[in-house]
Amino acid sequence: MGHFWRTSRAAALTAAIAIPVALAAPACAEDSFKLGVVTFLSGPAADSFGIPARNGGQFVIDELNKGAAPAPYDKVGFGGMKIEPVVVDENGGATKQVQELRNLYERENVDVVLGYIGSGDCLAVAPIAEELKKMLVLMDCGTPRIFEEAKYNYVFRTAAHATMDNVGLIRYMKAKNVKMDTLSAINQDYAWGQDSRADFVAAAGQLYPDVKLQADLLPKFGAGQYGTEISALVSAGSDVIYSSLWGGDLQAFILQATPRGLPKRSQLVLSAADHVLPPLGDKMPDGTIIGARGAYGLMSQKSPVNDWFFKGYQNVNGVYPVQAAYRIAQSILGLKTAVEKAMAKNGSKKPSTDELIAAMTGLEWQSPGGLIQMKLADGHQAIQPIAFSRTKYNPDLRRVDLVDIQYFAAECVNPPAGVKSIEWIKGGMAGAKCN
Amino acid sequence: MVFPVIAVTLFGRVLPTWTLSLATIAASNGLVALGIVVLARTGNVSFGQGLFFAAGGYGVALIANNWGITDAAAQMLIGAACGGLLGLVIGPLIARYSGIFFGMLTLALSMVFYGALVKTTVLGGSDGFNVVRPSLFAISFVDPREADFMLYAVSVVTTGLAGIAATILFRSEFGLASLAVRENNLRVEYLGISANRIITINFVIAAVFAGASGAFALMAQRHIDPQFAYWTTSGEFVFIAVLAGYQSVSAVFVASLALELVRSFSNLYLPNTWQLVLGVFLLAVILFLPRGIGSLWIRQRRKSAGVSAETSAVEEGAPS
Repeated sequence: MGHFWRTSRAAALTAAIAIPVALAAPACAEDSFKLGVVTFLSGPAADSFGIPARNGGQFVIDELNKGAAPAPYDKVGFGGMKIEPVVVDENGGATKQVQELRNLYERENVDVVLGYIGSGDCLAVAPIAEELKKMLVLMDCGTPRIFEEAKYNYVFRTAAHATMDNVGLIRYMKAKNVKMDTLSAINQDYAWGQDSRADFVAAAGQLYPDVKLQADLLPKFGAGQYGTEISALVSAGSDVIYSSLWGGDLQAFILQATPRGLPKRSQLVLSAADHVLPPLGDKMPDGTIIGARGAYGLMSQKSPVNDWFFKGYQNVNGVYPVQAAYRIAQSILGLKTAVEKAMAKNGSKKPSTDELIAAMTGLEWQSPGGLIQMKLADGHQAIQPIAFSRTKYNPDLRRVDLVDIQYFAAECVNPPAGVKSIEWIKGGMAGAKCN
Repeated sequence: MVFPVIAVTLFGRVLPTWTLSLATIAASNGLVALGIVVLARTGNVSFGQGLFFAAGGYGVALIANNWGITDAAAQMLIGAACGGLLGLVIGPLIARYSGIFFGMLTLALSMVFYGALVKTTVLGGSDGFNVVRPSLFAISFVDPREADFMLYAVSVVTTGLAGIAATILFRSEFGLASLAVRENNLRVEYLGISANRIITINFVIAAVFAGASGAFALMAQRHIDPQFAYWTTSGEFVFIAVLAGYQSVSAVFVASLALELVRSFSNLYLPNTWQLVLGVFLLAVILFLPRGIGSLWIRQRRKSAGVSAETSAVEEGAPS
């Protein structure tokens, strides 16, 4: 082969790499705070979680940049610095997320990356941020494994993990005297479904020691058709049917189960169902017990911050905010609190990553969903209050209202520091402070 | 042929940090695609290379977490061995099939593996698990840039050597016999060569490449999940092979790098439509370069060198 072609090929390769490098010349300004935001913009989780999260994040960032949020968040942006978001799609698997996280830090020079809904993605990106010594704020993902299996200095999660969804649900059922001698469960056959099922069954074993588990179904993720599962559930005829289904799968299940009378035979309890209420409307059977992974949406408590967020989001997007929107809002507000705390200490300079981390560790702040406390994993993992309720369709407003709402304090439904979630549940949830 | 490999490796010293890990992933994907090209010379396309990719990745991850083998070179060899062993088991069974049956069977096997992994909660189920960071020759790299460069160097050198080996293979008697199997396997049998054996050996080579690549992907992201074995992962490897065309080994790596760059930048600048951009890019290459990116310089060379080069280009199958 000729020398000429070898060189020209090398030149082509160089150009292929050099052009994007030149395009990506960092625009780094001292008076702005560059925030990488990662959420599902496509794929099965986009409609239910990703897009509401993006809209919620956009709303909060716009308001903060205008200085229009209520006290104590009334400073422009983060401590006077305008927030400059760089939004990236979380769809495409963990390999891609790791790659994109590196690009955000190393190519786009973002100050902090905030986001992630999928547990697998969170597990994959956390060690990378730690290695790069860059701050990462996980906003939503459920698995308790992130901080229970590893220790991180640069990684924070500003939402409680999934343990409280099921512990709280059982506590609600007990408080409302829901009869549960027999139980059936339907969950998706992937980590979220498997873990939720394990937590719920373990917690049920504590508060309902005589409960008998009947049909225990694990259809695959994205199945869409639940004919056989519904037949099994109908013939089991359990007192309670538990499910951690979400999004399109949950909607399909409800739409297929209701005509066959399943909700009338058994009490449906759904651990994370608030986000399907707006699309389902009057198709949602009354009296279903639901959770929202926090005191979110129609279960949120009145406060100046929540009024601002709920009404503002509804005005911009035409629909009220559900869990994912709340989760990104509490995440951004927490980061804002940390930035401003660090700036109060260092004389109003833009804080370094280490200063930010020191400020964020063990932080507490008010969010639209209540008080968030970074109490677990040496101040890196949040706990928060949660609410449960029953559905009741309101024909006047043409929306599903939530009644019989009960709130549980963060320390009633979350494990104390240093205890693994599943062991805490199996050990009788020792140390829980319920009022 | 060794010169470009050394040059590309040293070039890593001046590249910005983010390109290092991107190039590592591109080299690792290119290695699997190279295996597909090797196998495709026998006329069979595997739609299930994710199986060996995941086998290599999981094998390395489990050995690293249980016995603490974190050396990058050792991990690469372990990955290759895991892929190769699995290939040895599956290869002889699957070599009897051809065409669409061959493709569908490989796809089915990889999805069986995927399904089993999702159900294995001790391995983290669909969420997967994390692995400690790799070292090299007892040196652990704390500085992120040095760690990235180490991985980049190991993966570029390995894939480069694999590329050279493939080039030699393509020109060898065995490589030419593989081409003959694609043309007419009956005649090959009449010549006294076992077509099944040729397909099996090529299949095992492809599996070894995929296993080693799985080790690189694992080292680069320090996390493994069943997505490694999912059909979209396998499909992407086939895409790279299609993009590259079957004429050039270096084209495989260029195609892989181009795909990663397009994905990365479209994801950043067009977060809502990046899949569309990726699709348009693939379509454009298929429409305007039906014989792959490799045809860009293969064709040019033919024009410049005249007729005599034409036969050599066909014979070589691969410059580099």
